[in-house]
Amino acid sequence: MWSVTSHLVYTFFTSHVPGAERSRHKSRSKDGSRSEKSVTINAPPAEPLLGDSSVRGEEVQDDNWGETTTAVTGTSEHSLSQDDIVRITKDMEDSVGLDCRRYAALTVSAVLGLLVLLTPIAFLVLPHVLWRPQDCDTACQGLLISLAFKLLILLLAVWALFLRPQRARLPRVFVFRALLMLLMLLVVVSYWLFYAVRIIQSQDKNYHGIVQYAVSLVDALLFIQYLAIVLLELRHLQATFSVRVTRSTDGETRHYSLGQLSIQRAALAVLENYYRDFAVHNPALLMAAKSRAAKHLAGLKVYNVDGPANNTTPSQSRAMIAAAARRRDTSHNELYYEEMDQERRVRKRKARLVVAVEEAFTHIKRMQEEEQKKTPGEVMDPREAAQAIFPSMARALQKYLRTTRQQHCHTMESIQQHLAFCITNNMTPKAFLESYLSPGPTLQYAREHWLARHWTLVSEDSVTSGLKDGSVFLLKCIDFSLVVTTRRISFIKLSEEFIDPKSHKFVLRLQSETSV
Amino acid sequence: MSFIPGQPVTAVVQRIEICKLRQCDNLILGFSIGGGIDQDPGQNPFSEDKTDKGIYVTRVSKGGPAEAAGLMIGDKIMQVNGWDMTMVTHDQARKRLTKKNEDVVRLLVTRKSLEDAVRNAMV
Repeated sequence: MWSVTSHLVYTFFTSHVPGAERSRHKSRSKDGSRSEKSVTINAPPAEPLLGDSSVRGEEVQDDNWGETTTAVTGTSEHSLSQDDIVRITKDMEDSVGLDCRRYAALTVSAVLGLLVLLTPIAFLVLPHVLWRPQDCDTACQGLLISLAFKLLILLLAVWALFLRPQRARLPRVFVFRALLMLLMLLVVVSYWLFYAVRIIQSQDKNYHGIVQYAVSLVDALLFIQYLAIVLLELRHLQATFSVRVTRSTDGETRHYSLGQLSIQRAALAVLENYYRDFAVHNPALLMAAKSRAAKHLAGLKVYNVDGPANNTTPSQSRAMIAAAARRRDTSHNELYYEEMDQERRVRKRKARLVVAVEEAFTHIKRMQEEEQKKTPGEVMDPREAAQAIFPSMARALQKYLRTTRQQHCHTMESIQQHLAFCITNNMTPKAFLESYLSPGPTLQYAREHWLARHWTLVSEDSVTSGLKDGSVFLLKCIDFSLVVTTRRISFIKLSEEFIDPKSHKFVLRLQSETSV
Repeated sequence: MSFIPGQPVTAVVQRIEICKLRQCDNLILGFSIGGGIDQDPGQNPFSEDKTDKGIYVTRVSKGGPAEAAGLMIGDKIMQVNGWDMTMVTHDQARKRLTKKNEDVVRLLVTRKSLEDAVRNAMV
């Protein structure tokens, strides 16, 4: 932050000096070049992960750990920006409402489960309490045993299907589950009604009949469980739709197959796959495109000769666009050479990095059991070993991360942890470098990177309606949005053709020439 | 020069008479043939219609009797000494041309330029 403000101050004061242009250019180029000389400038912090860099609350991030790592300091590079603070407070507010709803659903399921468990037992116990029915004969006792087991299975099923920890909060209620719980409640209530009216009032002595009645209730509930399994778990397994998910910032696209789901459940499935498949969102990579776009229209200015200024009529803006299109733009040239340069730079840095890491790994050797007893002198555990070899590769690694603009994704602490992990598990240098050479999925990074757990579903159709061919919805988070389009998998007509294996015959294609 | 099965084939032909040359116990004519009903017509570079399985002249050796008689490369041979050459195998064609007891072969050949010449003359 200090460097940024000082930079601003510097340009303000030197704007009147004739030599200022050159010096300003020089300082900017010095900042921007990936020079081979020592990296001593505090580079202006890259745009933070979330929101724009209105740097009101940002701490200084020490980017030079590549040169200064000789000792472990234990401080983590965690910088908070204003947006982070705002979002954390918003999360805290949300979480109160979130918990209420989550626990409400959980309590309803628990109450229903308890009801389901106690009802058959109540059916059996009440006759003994209120009046004395007949004693239980063998068939009746057999029914009691089967009732016990069925009840146990029912309980396990209810626990498995309805008492699961909720992994997401959906905007609308989950229709199928609500309907099924309602159905169960209905069945239980109707059985109670019948029991109360017919059996208690008439004080039926036939205990066998009562036991059969209880068993029939448990059977009905077990069938409802079967229906629940089919509706909640099985129906959406058969792939019916193919969805295309595009990230709005950099256009990364994946395709997934989904079954018949409601839009909110489909959104949930898409998000789970997003965290696993899409490369992590890196706003630093988008700056180049933005600056190019800014340059396109920057050169043109419309002067209103006749009327007062600040009157941009539609014709004026159209004239601007036309003029911009007609102007001979050599920005494509710049882009081409810049991309070539960048690629070459990245490859050079990568080569240096690979060599440095390989060399660093050769300094470490795993000690065998017998050796351990012989030389107890300089034995290190993985963490110390990682800290010992880290400085030799730190500079190359930091330069590489800077070149590929990933430096804010990895802190020194996380790199050392990863190194210790790789050493413990006998991984090769290549395996260690794998997570740094290319941006991995969001799951790979520290928790700050998926702080955006709050997603907004934007859809024209109701979110509890099912997916249809051509339905489009948006999943917005703070930095970007995911555009999801659906296509129905077309009906496939498969037919059979039999080819007799003996029918594979061939002839030679002759073309001879004879001289006469 | 394509044929419709069942219909007679009509073509403008040129009569070419070649005297065989005796060359150390062989009678040679000085050209090479390709094609035949047992060959692959698609590989024939001289035919207009790639399903034409007729006999074509693929090479005319310089200074030979065929060149002297006016045979040109790419000609389709329709008759040899009265024997039909439009529906014969490659080997049959070779035999007809290289009969040891004949000194002279009279060919009826056709080519595209003949057709064009006749058409231009009629206009």
